[in-house]
Amino acid sequence: MLGFAQLFASRLVKAAAILIAIVVMNFFLVHAAPGDPAMVMAGEAGAADEKFVAQLREQFGLDRPLYEQLGTYVGKIVQGDLGFSYRQQRPVWDILAERLPATLVLTLTAFLLALAAGVALGTLAAVAVGTWADSAITVLALLAYATPIYWIGLMLSLLFSIQLGWLPAFGYETIGAGYTGLAHVADVAVHLILPVITLALFYMASYARLTRASMLEVRGLDFVKTAKAKGLTQSRIVTRHVLRNAILPVITVAGIQAGQLVGGSILIETVFAWPGIGRLAFEAVLQRDYQVLLGIFLVTSIMVILFNILTDILYGLVDPRIQVSQ
Amino acid sequence: MTTPLLDVPLLDVRGLSIALPPGADRPLAVDNLTFTLNPDEILCVVGESGSGKSMTAHAMMGLLPAPHVRVAGGSLLFKGKDVLAMPEAEQRSLRGGRIAMVFQEPMTALNPLMRVGRQIGESLREHTDLPAPARRARVVELLAQVGLPNPAELAEAYPFRLSGGQRQRVMIAMALACQPDILIADEPTTALDVTTQKQILDLIRSIQAERHMGMMFITHDFGVVAEIAHRVAVMRHGKLVEYGAASDVLNRPQHPYTRQLIASVPHYIEHRDDHAKAGAPLLVADKVRKVFHVGGGLFKKSKQVVAGDDLSLTIHPGETVGLVGESGSGKSTLGRSIVGLIKPDSGRILFEGTDLLALDRKGFRPYRRAVQMVFQDPYASLNPRHRVGDIVAQGPVAFGEDRNRALVRARELLAMVGLDGSAADRFPHEFSGGQRQRIGIARALAMEPKLLVADEPVSALDVSVQGQVLELLDDIRRRLNLAMLFITHDLRVAAQVCDTIAVMRRGRIVEMGTAREVFTHPRDAYTRSLLDAIPGKSWHIPDDLQKVPAGAH
Repeated sequence: MLGFAQLFASRLVKAAAILIAIVVMNFFLVHAAPGDPAMVMAGEAGAADEKFVAQLREQFGLDRPLYEQLGTYVGKIVQGDLGFSYRQQRPVWDILAERLPATLVLTLTAFLLALAAGVALGTLAAVAVGTWADSAITVLALLAYATPIYWIGLMLSLLFSIQLGWLPAFGYETIGAGYTGLAHVADVAVHLILPVITLALFYMASYARLTRASMLEVRGLDFVKTAKAKGLTQSRIVTRHVLRNAILPVITVAGIQAGQLVGGSILIETVFAWPGIGRLAFEAVLQRDYQVLLGIFLVTSIMVILFNILTDILYGLVDPRIQVSQ
Repeated sequence: MTTPLLDVPLLDVRGLSIALPPGADRPLAVDNLTFTLNPDEILCVVGESGSGKSMTAHAMMGLLPAPHVRVAGGSLLFKGKDVLAMPEAEQRSLRGGRIAMVFQEPMTALNPLMRVGRQIGESLREHTDLPAPARRARVVELLAQVGLPNPAELAEAYPFRLSGGQRQRVMIAMALACQPDILIADEPTTALDVTTQKQILDLIRSIQAERHMGMMFITHDFGVVAEIAHRVAVMRHGKLVEYGAASDVLNRPQHPYTRQLIASVPHYIEHRDDHAKAGAPLLVADKVRKVFHVGGGLFKKSKQVVAGDDLSLTIHPGETVGLVGESGSGKSTLGRSIVGLIKPDSGRILFEGTDLLALDRKGFRPYRRAVQMVFQDPYASLNPRHRVGDIVAQGPVAFGEDRNRALVRARELLAMVGLDGSAADRFPHEFSGGQRQRIGIARALAMEPKLLVADEPVSALDVSVQGQVLELLDDIRRRLNLAMLFITHDLRVAAQVCDTIAVMRRGRIVEMGTAREVFTHPRDAYTRSLLDAIPGKSWHIPDDLQKVPAGAH
């Protein structure tokens, strides 16, 4: 287990280094943006005489040398201060904290559903390879993968909320209902169904294809022959020997995709009017709200790093050989 | 253990035929095969690759790759009952229960993600009613029986922690778990070093005798057959060509194919006459040392593996030096250092007096021509997208030869290594393993080298093909007065072609001398143990089948 702690510690140190690099890059990104931030702010404030701009510069320390500004910026970030959005007249952190839970609930649910359904379908297809079940799953996966995600979202909401009226077509909760406790949870859950399915279908397709291919490859390996020669039942061979080994590449890909979950749901959030980070990012781009955008960059970077560490740990747990080679 | 009925054999194979999918090189992998296996008997099934010997075993275990390959006819009677006619559940209770199997490749036959104790326990879980603690105790007992140290600890290890020999012992423990009546061993020692092979053969033999099992031992090696067989079945192209008591088949083989196989068995007693060293040495390796750094990272020091230390040897023009040792002994490291594929950490490699290690890339280039290599794997070492003629001509063209002249020369060389003229226009996949190795040799010769480094050039080939390639190498060596460094793990092969033998162990040369000295008066204890481990030493190949070893004067 010592090797494991060591692995974890080294990952954390690397993560910290990457995070610092991202913060610094963020800083220079602002400076690379065309125009002078003070001019932009002055423009937004509606007054643009020389004196006012100079005053703004002094107020925000923009007249100081670059390295000093960098120091101030990094210092603020470390303290958890992501800046202030002049557009919304609120601290960036408050805006993000309000939007983050909605996105996480949506994407994590979709991710877990996609993973479970994808691996299950992929396994089924691999076991029944060459039969109609395999073909059906392959076609379904191909369709889900190839169809534009917003189109699926629109069609699903057309069918289930407008035609059938079973599910709400958009939003995070029933506005003005004022549910609390369990009733609130149930309300959010009902709103969650359509966006989660839409988002999950896409990821599910890739996991199903990957699991199928990987299982077909592992199925031909020597140790599976050994397992058969032991007289094990088909189901035990598939679960204990084939799937366990076939799941490794799925974990790798899932780890990469999990990192994109926060930023990757812009379309879904737009289609279903979901008040999450994705839509916030979209609006921030349109409004040139750089402070908010930088805050989102930082949060998504942290998510990517976090999921990478999680993937590494999971990999180490599933595959005992990893800890040694590290 | 059940007492077998006297009149019913343990296993009775009658007219077994196995069909290959349409488009295969022949319609039947196994054609009308009939043999029996009795309790307390070792039946060796011998044949070259593609003879259908493994297919037979797989059919018995229900391991044929359905639906492409299927049993087309005949029956497999286990204690009088046809296995092929049984329902799947009953077949499964036989597999691993009454009939167990050990495979060829110990490195890949175990699930890498499962502790070995659990993998053995799975068999018990499937075929017995033992509760979990009793299963665990039995697993430890089994691991102890196959001679593994610290069995309790080892049961908790993952396969990657174990060596090849240890893994094969684990496989044997797994096969023995339910006290089977029949043990099928499919080339169980082919992938192992010669000393490990001896240990595993001893283990298999003692366990078989102790438990009175019937054993079907599949092998291509007549040395191994001589070591353990009671009866022998020789197979060729899916047909049984000879079948009888071991002493008869080994000493009085009847069928021409059996005679041919036995004649191509290399025999270590036949060493060559001493080579008369003439002139200045062509190559001198002087205290070569190479350390590999494995792993390592931000917080971890890398592990040092000494692949070669204090390696010194000389090769004279026209001399063949054999570098013999087990896997991991550093023999390939030395070979690759001489060709310039690896840069040693210290020492000197003098070629005609020039230190190759002191040269820079540009200075080394002329010597790339002079020292050429023949690789082990004839399947992986030829570019599958290039025509054979181009493969052979590429080297000279890279050194400025006119392309058309090089292609003409390539055809000459291909003829010289025994391939016909059309070979130059074809692609590597159209050739068999032995033919590809001939192409590999032609490619090396195209550079007109003075020294040929052959790294296990025949290890991937069948015995009869092995003999042909060795003869070719020897013939070329004599015609062109080539010097050769011949790397091999097989002392019998080394005895056939080498004038001088260097024995390597753990990165060091423990003994070096003429083939005659090393084989008749080995000085080092390790050399003696290597010679002692050669299978089938006590078997005297019938006189009329002994041929004069290649190159003997």
